[in-house]
Amino acid sequence: MLEGMPRPLPNLDTQPFWDGCQEERLLLPRCSACGEGRWPPGPMCPACQSQDVDWIESSGRGRVYSWIVANHPVHPVLTGQVPYVVAMIELEHNIRLVGNVMGCAPDEVEADLPVEVIFERLEDGRQLPNFRRVETAE
Amino acid sequence: MSALRDAAAAVGVGETTYSKESGRTELSLACEAIKKAAEDAGVAIEDIDGLVRYDMDHVDEAALTSHLGLKNLRWMSQVGYGGTGGNAVVVHAAAAIAAGAAETVVCYRALNERSGVRYGQGATWMKDEVGGAEAFQMPWGMLTPAHLFGQFARRHMIEDGTTSRQFGAVAVALRRHASLNPRAMMRTPITIEDHQASRLIADPLRLFDCCIESDGACAVVLTAADRARSLRHAPAWIMGVSQGSGSRTSGIVFRDDLAVAESTYTAAEVYRSAEVGPEEIDAAMIYDHFTPFVIFSLEAYGFCEPGEGGSFVEDGRIEVDDVLPVNTHGGNHSEAYIHGLPHVIEAFRQLRGTSTAQVESAELILSCSSVAQLSAAVILRKD
Repeated sequence: MLEGMPRPLPNLDTQPFWDGCQEERLLLPRCSACGEGRWPPGPMCPACQSQDVDWIESSGRGRVYSWIVANHPVHPVLTGQVPYVVAMIELEHNIRLVGNVMGCAPDEVEADLPVEVIFERLEDGRQLPNFRRVETAE
Repeated sequence: MSALRDAAAAVGVGETTYSKESGRTELSLACEAIKKAAEDAGVAIEDIDGLVRYDMDHVDEAALTSHLGLKNLRWMSQVGYGGTGGNAVVVHAAAAIAAGAAETVVCYRALNERSGVRYGQGATWMKDEVGGAEAFQMPWGMLTPAHLFGQFARRHMIEDGTTSRQFGAVAVALRRHASLNPRAMMRTPITIEDHQASRLIADPLRLFDCCIESDGACAVVLTAADRARSLRHAPAWIMGVSQGSGSRTSGIVFRDDLAVAESTYTAAEVYRSAEVGPEEIDAAMIYDHFTPFVIFSLEAYGFCEPGEGGSFVEDGRIEVDDVLPVNTHGGNHSEAYIHGLPHVIEAFRQLRGTSTAQVESAELILSCSSVAQLSAAVILRKD
């Protein structure tokens, strides 16, 4: 993970996601009634208005939907950390997570690049999901 | 017919000098811009009975009662979502006037964005801990507007083959218009090669894809139809309005389709309420925080087919003497970044015939904002 970034503040709607990260499981919220994915995690299904949710463990395999390369350090803490990639990773159930693409140079990132989840530890012991390029062809 | 159609008109505008460092408070800038707008309209400060502000503005109603001298307010409103505000404030003003809640309403925006809180700086947005949608963005370094809106630009390139040189064509057109505008902060013409040589900020966004940062304020006075006809200048009629959303927009990037503008939804409503179509629009003032969003908006508002905005902007087609003049003041990109309200002022100026890049026989102008989140649009008509 990048150093010096804001830490996520869990709330009652998102806590299971962060708890899953501590166990190195990528748990994503899916509507119990209609199966629609919710992102970011929230209290109601935007498709059917059900408030029931199942936290389903993701395969952690996805593809790059879009990305930018942050070339310009927008904060002094980033001066030695640019360039870095901020990508949107397409997973199951129409859910796209934001992550950095590890394991390749920024100019090697491309649309639909296959990636898989990894978990990275912050200084305070918390773990967050991130993504790396899948090395072998499926 | 929409109850809002022609119920209100823009009758006066005011602007401060736009600069990198105003050396003044935002309250001082706001007071000057509103006073100038009232004088331009020919209304007294005590005639102003309605006020619409951006919720991000540091100048509030209370400060304006004490320092500008507003004392007959009977209606106040505020609009959110940043760059949406430029047109949304006009929508709110027109609605209040149509409903009889107020007769003469001021919309304003004042900010020291360059010398004060800079939106392009990470420190403006970063905190030790972040909740809501930001908890799923900032820990991975998605911090500033360029990091968010660059995702849309990239997706347009992936799906539609749009190129950086086409973003450059937008930059060249906006700068050309600014070169004619003495109020503009960036007036030196540029070429597509200059754009291509500018450094990458958040690839695919280059420096010349990003709007400038500015200090300044501006204001627009709107009033009811009967009053508008009695004032000294010809009114610009608010013919159609729209403010809204048609899809998920939390966190800006957590949408279904990043290659299609959210404002596709708003576009249908603004044309329905005005009872006109894009083929009747003489010029468009498009919120241009980043150049690709001019391309997105041209598609959303029906000036070209979806996915064809990139080729539409080539060969000068959005320049003043061509197919569809866009941002004849230079826009956020080259005039000043006052959060999109100068786009409404330029629409008004075109209809008054006083633009520095005047469109011949301009009758109908579209002003629109924000293609990635909740959006707003206004169609203004010459008297």
